Amino acid sequence: MGYPNKIILSDVDVHRVVDRIAHQILEKTDGAADVVLLGVATRGVPLARRLAERIHAFEGRTLPVGTLDITLYRDDLRHRSPRALGHTEIPPGGLDGRRVILVDDVLFSGRTVRAALDALNDLGRPAVVQLAVLVDRGHRQLPIRADYVGKNIPTSLSETVKVLLAEIDGCDEVRLMGAGASPAGRADDTAKEASA
Amino acid sequence: MIKHLLSAADLDVATATEIHDTAVEMATVSGREVKKLPTLRGRTVVNLFYEDSTRTRTSFEVAAKRLSADVINFSAKGSSVEKGESLKDTAWTLQAMGADAVVIRHPASGAPHRLTGWVDGSVLNAGDGTHEHPTQALLDTFTMRQRLGRIAGLNVAIVGDVLHSRVARSNTLLLHTLGAKVTLVGPPTLVPGNFGALTPDVAISYDLDAVLPDADVVMMLRVQQERMGAAFFPSAREYSRRYGLDAARMRRMADHAIVMHPGPMNRGVEITSEAADSPRSTIVEQVTNGVSVRMACLYLMLGGRA
Repeated sequence: MGYPNKIILSDVDVHRVVDRIAHQILEKTDGAADVVLLGVATRGVPLARRLAERIHAFEGRTLPVGTLDITLYRDDLRHRSPRALGHTEIPPGGLDGRRVILVDDVLFSGRTVRAALDALNDLGRPAVVQLAVLVDRGHRQLPIRADYVGKNIPTSLSETVKVLLAEIDGCDEVRLMGAGASPAGRADDTAKEASA
Repeated sequence: MIKHLLSAADLDVATATEIHDTAVEMATVSGREVKKLPTLRGRTVVNLFYEDSTRTRTSFEVAAKRLSADVINFSAKGSSVEKGESLKDTAWTLQAMGADAVVIRHPASGAPHRLTGWVDGSVLNAGDGTHEHPTQALLDTFTMRQRLGRIAGLNVAIVGDVLHSRVARSNTLLLHTLGAKVTLVGPPTLVPGNFGALTPDVAISYDLDAVLPDADVVMMLRVQQERMGAAFFPSAREYSRRYGLDAARMRRMADHAIVMHPGPMNRGVEITSEAADSPRSTIVEQVTNGVSVRMACLYLMLGGRA
């Protein structure tokens, strides 16, 4: 049962959901003390920046934001053509002893998060690692769960969740694409999450 | 991405740029406390060196190890090669051992090309005879891009023993592909006129002082000590006087111009210590960049579908 090209979150919804996650982070981390936001490339990066901006608006606290490209830690590298690398940037002060919140757009199999955790291992030793995602679509293949979820979207494996963000795609929207629909616009991240 | 890297002529602009861009990210790994990625775990890279080369072999070894590949160093000295084993038999042995990539240096031009017919894995040319050394050209152009911000439009002078230099040949080809203008400089015995046929717009000059003011990059080549006093030039002293880079010659260069050398250097022959150790010199950066560029090549050639 699918919802061909159904809009799950509009631009207003996306803003509201980001605001809610920002509030939840403030509540669960005692005012975001010692928090570092690490956006997982590609669409996790603008989401992390938005969360930092909203937290600054709510509490006046400026959080360090970094980017994490997990390509070199993927477990499916030899099953695909090599892909271009994104940029990894750790904020000044590093990750040691900090509360790191990984930020991504879609949580699916969990393999991207596993790769991100492996990458973190090589980059430092955070005190706590948490996960914030805009959408959790289920179908986990690893024992991983998110600490902050914008929206849970029950899906079938034949469906695709397509996240559009203004910084990359020109508009904010989350769509559920039916079986056979082309996931244009976020092919990279869809492939990233769909990897088994 | 190409399967084998045999010649700088195999690289188009898109492929070379992809390698350079990947090397930028690989360089960040070299600056980390844990200089290790799991990317090539379970893959085997063989360094097959029929000629001595500490710099290139170590660079490939470090690059492969940083990507977690298993590295086997095979040196002709003290090996079955000394007992008469042919390259083909050695290749079959490597094939039987399941090598995913073979990095080969060989005194015979064309040996890496022959190897591609005998092994299934990727073959990377780490220098064959007087023919080519494509990863050196990639790391040199990467260093130019890093220092000067671009490659297209640069005036590059390659100075010295061009005749015997695979570095000169690979650099000339790749620099032409990437839009730079190359001038080969040296005595007529070491820069034959037929090198003008290497690429359409390569220039040849026998007067270093005339070339220096317009050069953005001055790439000095090693003069093999074994050729000193041979028929190519009268003496080391005379060569040094006409084609050696010293402080006086550096003053003729533009303010932004850089000095490169693939190493190992003969200090006092083709380059003085003052020139080699000056802030214009990129010689140490070239070594560092060599690891990043070779990591990029190994990742792009082995990181994907087997």
